Amino acid sequence: MTAPMVLAEAVCKNFGALKVLKGVTLHVQKGEVLVIVGPSGSGKSTFLRCINHLDNISAGRLYVDGRLVGYREARGKLHELPPRDAAKQRRDVGMVFQHFNLFPHRTALENIVEAPIHVKKVKHGRAEARARELLDQVGLSDKAAAYPAQLSGGQQQRVAIARALAMDPKLILFDEPTSALDPELVGEVLAVMKKLAGEGMTMLVVTHEMGFAREVADQLVFMDGGVIVESGHPRDVLSDPQHERTKAFLSKLL
Amino acid sequence: MTVDSASPAPIDAVPLRHPWRWLAAVVIIVLVALFVYGAATNAAYGWSTYREYIFDQRISEAAWNTVQLTFWAMVLGVLLGVLLAIMRLSPNPVFTSVAWVYLWIFRGTPVYVQLVFWGLFPTLYQHLQLGVPFGPSFFHVDLQGLSISFILAAVGLGLNEAAYMAEIIRAGINSVPEGQFEASTALGMSWWMTMRRTVLPQAMRVIIPPTGNEVISMLKTTSLVTAVPYSLELYGRARDISGVIFKPIPLLLVAATWYLAITSVLMVGQYYLERYFSRGISRKLTSKQLEALAAAQTGAAHP
Repeated sequence: MTAPMVLAEAVCKNFGALKVLKGVTLHVQKGEVLVIVGPSGSGKSTFLRCINHLDNISAGRLYVDGRLVGYREARGKLHELPPRDAAKQRRDVGMVFQHFNLFPHRTALENIVEAPIHVKKVKHGRAEARARELLDQVGLSDKAAAYPAQLSGGQQQRVAIARALAMDPKLILFDEPTSALDPELVGEVLAVMKKLAGEGMTMLVVTHEMGFAREVADQLVFMDGGVIVESGHPRDVLSDPQHERTKAFLSKLL
Repeated sequence: MTVDSASPAPIDAVPLRHPWRWLAAVVIIVLVALFVYGAATNAAYGWSTYREYIFDQRISEAAWNTVQLTFWAMVLGVLLGVLLAIMRLSPNPVFTSVAWVYLWIFRGTPVYVQLVFWGLFPTLYQHLQLGVPFGPSFFHVDLQGLSISFILAAVGLGLNEAAYMAEIIRAGINSVPEGQFEASTALGMSWWMTMRRTVLPQAMRVIIPPTGNEVISMLKTTSLVTAVPYSLELYGRARDISGVIFKPIPLLLVAATWYLAITSVLMVGQYYLERYFSRGISRKLTSKQLEALAAAQTGAAHP
C-alpha cells in the first residue's frame, strides 16, 4: 500500500498557553476528499494551516505524501527546515482561503501565472497558455484581463482555485471557501470543487456545506475543542451521528 | 409638432443665480490687481535685476546642483529607509533595536545641526582607510585634502531623510493585509519574493504620496546645506550674488521662482506614479479594458 497523501499522528498545536489542537489523528489517501466540519474555534482552520506549514505543530507528527512537514528527522531528533526547503514543500500543496486573498494589483491571468513563472520558473508562454486553460475550466475565460476588484466573490474564488491548480499541487486545502460568499454565488464555487473531486484531486475541505459533504466527501470528520469527535463516511455521520456533540452541532445546521 | 413619448424633451429650467460668488470673485480680483500693480511699480522689488538674473548661467547651474543634491539625498534616503523599515519589522531583536536607535537619533536632532556635524566630519576623522585592523591597508583617502562638501551635504541630508522614509515605508508594508503574505507563502514564494512581488507593489500605493511630499520638502531643505558649508546650490548662490550687488530681494524672488518651477515638475511626476500604483484598486474599468470591451462589441477579433 502506498503512503497516504496526508497522515496526522496525534497532532497538537499550542499558541502560548492556549491549546488549539489536542491530538488529531487522521489519514487521507490519494484522490480522497476529506471534509472537516465543526463549530468555530474547534481548530479546523489551524489544522489545515499546519498541513501547509503556515503554522508549525507543537507535538505529534504530520506527513504529506510520506514526508514530514516543516521538519527533517536525523539521528532521532527533529530539525527545523530552512525557509527555502519549507517553501519547496508548500509548492505541492495548494491552498484556497475564505477571503480569496487574490493579489489585487494583478489581473486574473497575472494572479494565476505569478507562482508558476516566479517560483517554478515555467516559461512565460507556457504558463499563460496553462492559465487560460484553467480559467476556461473554472468558467472564466472572458475574465482574464479583469482585476480582482472587478469580479464578484464567486468569480474571485474560482480564480483563486485556478491559481492553486496552476502549481499542479498533489493536494488542495480549502479553508471555508464559500463562507464569505453571497448564497447565490456558493453554487458556482461548489460546482468547480465537485468537478475537481471527480477528476481525482486529493482535497481537504473545511466547510459548512453539508450538501457538498454528503455528495462529494469520502470521509467526514467532526472536530470540536481541538479533537476529532467523530469521523466516518458522510452518509453515516450525517444521518446517524453517534456522539451527543455531533448531534447538537448538526441539528443546528440543518 | 409631435413629441416622441420614448424620449421626452430635455429640461429647460432657469439656472439658480449665485450673486455672492460673483461678489467674492470681484473683491478678490480687485485685491490681487492692487497687489500686482503695487509690486510692479515698487522699485524695491528690483524687477529689472530679477529679469537680469532669472536666466543667469550661475543661477541655472545652481538650480541643477540643487536638483542633483535632492536626487542623491533621496536615493540614499529611500535605500536606507527600506533597509531600516525591513529591520524594524524583522523578528531579529538586534536589527529592531539598531533601527530604533537610528530613528531616535536622526529624527530627534535638527537637520541643520546634523549638517553642521557632517561639515565637521573631516575634522573628526582625518582620513578613511579600508584594511585589516592592525594589519595592512588596501584603500586610503585623506578627507581633509579633498573638497567633498557636496558629498557631505548629500550624505547628511540622505541620512536624515532615511529616518523619515523608514517610517513611511513601514506604514506602507503594514497596510498590506496579512492574507497577502499567507497566499504568497502558500504558493511557495520565499520571504524576499513575497516582499518584492506581492507586498511592496501594494505598499507603494500608500508609500508614494508621502514620498512625493518628502521629495518636494527635500528640494527646499537643500537650502540648509550652507551649514556644511556647501553654497553652490540655488539659495546659496542667489545669496552670494545678492551679497555682491546688494540687492537681496530680486535674487530671493529668482530663487523662489526656480524652486516653484522644479516643484511643479515634480508634482506632475507624482501624479503619474500614483496612477500607476493604484491599478486594480477601483472597480472602474481602465481605458485599456474599455477599449478591449468596445472592440469585442463591434465584433473585432479577440487578441
